[in-house]
Amino acid sequence: MHAVLALIRNDLRLYFSSRRALLMNILAPILIAAFFGSLFDSDAGKGPMRIPVAVVDLDHSEVSTRVLAAMQSDSAFDIQELDEAAAGALVKHGKVRASVVIPQGFGERMIAAIFDPARKPAIAVHYDPSQSMTLAVVNGLLVQHVLEGLAQSALNGGAGAQLLSGARARLADAGTMNEERRRRLLALVDDAQRARAAAPTGAAAPAPVRLQLPFTTNDEAVTSGPDAHYNSYAHAFAGMGVQFILFMGIDLGVGLLLARRLGLWKRLRAAPLSRAALIGARMASGALIALILLLVIYAAAMALFGVRIEGSVAGFAAVAVAFALLTASFGLLIAALGRTPEATRGLAVFATLLLVMLGGAWVPSFLFPEWLQQVSRFVPSRWAVDGFDAMTWRGLGLDAALAPVAVMLGFAAAFALLALWRFDWEE
Amino acid sequence: MLNVTDLHKRYGTRAAVAGVSFAAAPGEIVGLLGPNGAGKSTTVAMLCGLVQPDTGQVTIGGVAVGDGRSAVKRRIGLVPQDLALYEDLPALGNLQLFGALYGLSGPTLRARCTEALDLVGLGDRARDKPRTFSGGMKRRLNLACALVHDPDLLLLDEPTTGVDPQSRNAIFDNLEALRRRGKALVYTTHYMEEAERLCDRIVIIDHGTVVASDTLQGLLHRLPASASIEITTAAGAAERADLAALGDVTGVKSVARSGGAIVVGMDDPGATAPAVLAWFTGQGIAVRHFRSGQGTLEDVFLALTGRQLRD
Repeated sequence: MHAVLALIRNDLRLYFSSRRALLMNILAPILIAAFFGSLFDSDAGKGPMRIPVAVVDLDHSEVSTRVLAAMQSDSAFDIQELDEAAAGALVKHGKVRASVVIPQGFGERMIAAIFDPARKPAIAVHYDPSQSMTLAVVNGLLVQHVLEGLAQSALNGGAGAQLLSGARARLADAGTMNEERRRRLLALVDDAQRARAAAPTGAAAPAPVRLQLPFTTNDEAVTSGPDAHYNSYAHAFAGMGVQFILFMGIDLGVGLLLARRLGLWKRLRAAPLSRAALIGARMASGALIALILLLVIYAAAMALFGVRIEGSVAGFAAVAVAFALLTASFGLLIAALGRTPEATRGLAVFATLLLVMLGGAWVPSFLFPEWLQQVSRFVPSRWAVDGFDAMTWRGLGLDAALAPVAVMLGFAAAFALLALWRFDWEE
Repeated sequence: MLNVTDLHKRYGTRAAVAGVSFAAAPGEIVGLLGPNGAGKSTTVAMLCGLVQPDTGQVTIGGVAVGDGRSAVKRRIGLVPQDLALYEDLPALGNLQLFGALYGLSGPTLRARCTEALDLVGLGDRARDKPRTFSGGMKRRLNLACALVHDPDLLLLDEPTTGVDPQSRNAIFDNLEALRRRGKALVYTTHYMEEAERLCDRIVIIDHGTVVASDTLQGLLHRLPASASIEITTAAGAAERADLAALGDVTGVKSVARSGGAIVVGMDDPGATAPAVLAWFTGQGIAVRHFRSGQGTLEDVFLALTGRQLRD
C-alpha cells in the first residue's frame, strides 16, 4: 500500500508541477466555457434576442402599413424598412436574418383573394441560409401580423367598404343560391354599408375595433425552482470540463507510453509490485487528477459565473467520481492500444473530439437529428454532460444521477478490462 | 547468490535466448559480453522478473525469481539501458520514489537516498532536476536509483551507453566499491574493454547461447596463441600469399584474415615475429604496417564465433 501511495503521490506531484498541464486543463476550459456561456446568456438584463429583419413595403396600402407597424412594435423583431436592393444586400452579408418584401397591390389583392383564391398575393421572404432556423419564426409572426392588419383594416378602414362591395357582388352573382336567402344576405350587407356611411368621423369617431389573437401565452422557463434562473454557463462548463478532462486522460495514456519508451516502466515493473498495484495506482492517480480538475473548474464556474448545484450535491459528487474513473480508464485504454506516443496522441485527440461533439459538449444534443441523438446514447461523454446538467441548472434529485453514473461506471469497467486484456506487459 | 539455469525465451519463431546458464557470487562482477542482439538484455529481463522464461530458472539465494510482488525482487537492483528517470523530479525525488517502491520510508528512506547520492557523487545536486544534468550525471543517477534499497544483486544493462570516458571511469569506481561491499553484479556490455577492466568472470553470449564462460585469463588461454601480430600488406598482395605455408614458420600458432589484414598468432613475439616478416619478404610481399599485441576478448570472440564482436 505504501508503494501504491508513493506512485499516486508521484503522479500528482508531476502533473501539478507542469504549468502546461494546468494551463491546458484548467484555464482553457474556464475561458472557453465562459465564451460559450456568454453566447447563450439571455438572463443578463438584455432580454430575449431580437431577430433583425428588413421589410420592403412596395404597396404602401392601408393593410401593408398596418402590417409594417405591427412588426415594428413586435419585441421579437428588430425591423429596418429599406428598399428592395438594400434589403437583399443586408441578407447577403448576413446583417439581417431575412427580408420581407410586401408587393405592390398587396392590400387590394388580399381582400379580393377572400372571394377569389387565385388572386392571392405573395410576400417574398429572402433568408440567410446559415440562419434557416429563424425562417419559421419570421413566417409565423408574419402570418399573425398580416391577419391582424387585414382584420383591422377591414373593420376600421377603407378595406371594409371594398370587402362589403365584393361580398354584395358575389351574392348577386351566386346563381344557385335560394332566392329568399340571397335577399336576406343582401339586406344584411346593405345595412352594413349604410351603417359605415352614417358613422361619425373625426373626434366623434368611436375607438377603432382591434381584432387580436383570441388567446395569450404565459411563457415560463422550467428551471430548478421558482426563483432560480437558467444559467447558460452551467451547460458550457459541463461540456468544456468534460472535454478538457478527457484531454487530461489522453496525457495519462501517452505518459504511460512515454514511460515505456524511457525505460521507466521497466524500472517500475522490476520493483516488487503486483500488476494490479501498478495499474491501480495509475488509475487512482488519473481519477484523482480528473476529480481535482473538475472541482477547480466548477469552483471557478460558481465563483465567477454564478453556476450552482441546484440539484443533489450527492448526485453531483457521484457523477463527478464516475466521470473521473471513466477518464482514468480511458487513459489506460489509450496506453494499451497505442504504439508510439506521437501517433497515439493524434488519434486520441481525434477520438476525444468526436466523443465530446457527440456528447453535446459543443452543441446541445437535442439539436442533433433523431438518429444521431440515438447514437449519442452510446457515447459516455453524453451521459457525463447530461449528468452535470441534471445536477446543476436542471436541479434534479439524486435519482436523476443514477443512470449517468451507472452508464459511466459501465464504460469505465469496459475500458479498464479491455485495457488490461490488450496491455503488453513484457513489451 | 545468483544461479541461472538453462534459460530459454522465444519470440515467435525467433529464439532470443537458447540455453543460458551462469552464476554470480557475492563480491563478484560477472560480465555478459556479446554483440548487439545477442540476447543479453532479454537475459537480464528474465533475471529481474520482467520477462518470464519459457523454460529454465533464475534463483537468488535459492529462491526463484517470479514476477509481480515476488519478495525476492527486493534483493535485486536494476539499472536499465535507458535513462529511466523522471526528468521533472529532483534527483532526491527520484530516489525517494524508487526507494518507496521497495518499502522504504521515513528516516531509513532519507538515509538511503543520501548514501546512494553520495556514492555516485551527486550529493550536492540532490535538489536539482535530471534535465539539468549532463549525460554522465544522469547515468550515475540511474545507477543510484537502483542502489537506493541496498540490493544484494545489481543488474546493469549496458550502463555506460553514451557516456564520456571520465564519467565511465567514475561509474567503474562506483561498481568496484559495490563489489568491495559484497554485492553481486551482472554487467552486460558489448565493449570488451569494459569487460576486461571490470569483470571477474565473463560470459560470452552469441545468438542467445553461452559461447564461453570463464575468467579473463581463462578465456585468453583458450586462444591458440597468447599474442599476435597484425600485418597489413599492399593491396591484393595478401590474397596471393599462400597462408597455409606461413603456418609452417617456427613459432606460428595460427593464421587468420581479419578485414584487410593477416593476424598471426604466436606465444613468443620476440622470436617469431622476425621470422614471419622474413617469410613475407621471401614471398615478395611488401609489408606496409605491422602491429603486435596480446590476445584480447575480441580475439577470443573471433576464435569462438568466427565473427568480430562489433559485426
